[in-house]
Amino acid sequence: MTTQTVAVKSTSRISAAILAVAFGIGIVAITGHVQAAALHDAAHDVRHATGFPCH
Amino acid sequence: MFTRILTSALFAGAAAGLITALLQLYFVQPVLLHAELYEGGDLVHFGAQELAPAVQELGGFDAVRDGLSIIFTMLIYAGYALVLVALMSVAEERGASINGRSGLIWGVCGFIAVHFAPGLSLAPEVPGVAAADITARQIWWGATVLAAAIAMWLIAFGQSWTAWGAAVVLLLAPHVVGAPQPDVFTGPVPTELGALFAARAFGIGLAAWVMLGGFAGYFWSRDETA
Repeated sequence: MTTQTVAVKSTSRISAAILAVAFGIGIVAITGHVQAAALHDAAHDVRHATGFPCH
Repeated sequence: MFTRILTSALFAGAAAGLITALLQLYFVQPVLLHAELYEGGDLVHFGAQELAPAVQELGGFDAVRDGLSIIFTMLIYAGYALVLVALMSVAEERGASINGRSGLIWGVCGFIAVHFAPGLSLAPEVPGVAAADITARQIWWGATVLAAAIAMWLIAFGQSWTAWGAAVVLLLAPHVVGAPQPDVFTGPVPTELGALFAARAFGIGLAAWVMLGGFAGYFWSRDETA
């Protein structure tokens, strides 16, 4: 493996990781923290049980 | 690479999330339902002429309410798994060994970062407790999780006392600054239920994260050829 392919592989791994982190935080924010009434009611018990600030 | 992260994370998050949801329904939900009887005024603790018995009929499995809880728990842990597996992939590239066994330690660190660290000053809330403004608490919660997560990384992969010292500062700072607290206490729920709720939430949270880390490491290492 040349230095260049190692560098390319590393960059693609970092961008994939950043993308996954962004998706993950997005999912947790929507399911756990957004205060819209419908979401809040549906996720109410889980938010309490998971220790998120609720209400 | 993104596909590999996504696959491992979804498998780990779904598996850990499903088991966690069942554990929560069995161990946490009855305490929550009991507390809601006090929150709604069906039971009165303080100042009552006659105290309500400590054992109450709480109803069984509610298909809609508990079904939604199962789905949301799986979603939350899938979200966490995406972050966890992404960080695992970065660590692996820097020489760390990622598998089911090392994943257990990742899970414990994840629990400390997103559950225990914020919960130390913003204890898991039983329904009915007095609390400060929700936005202020969410900002403090997010900042504390971020600080604790960076601290966990520094402790694990830092190579100097500077890094470890910074980790200690990051772990302590949010609690020295202090979490948003209510002006007055108005909770109608007996302290016994509040304490049990917090203890159960932490206990199931630890179990959830150890499973999530173990599964994430396992699925990630199995998918190595992809």
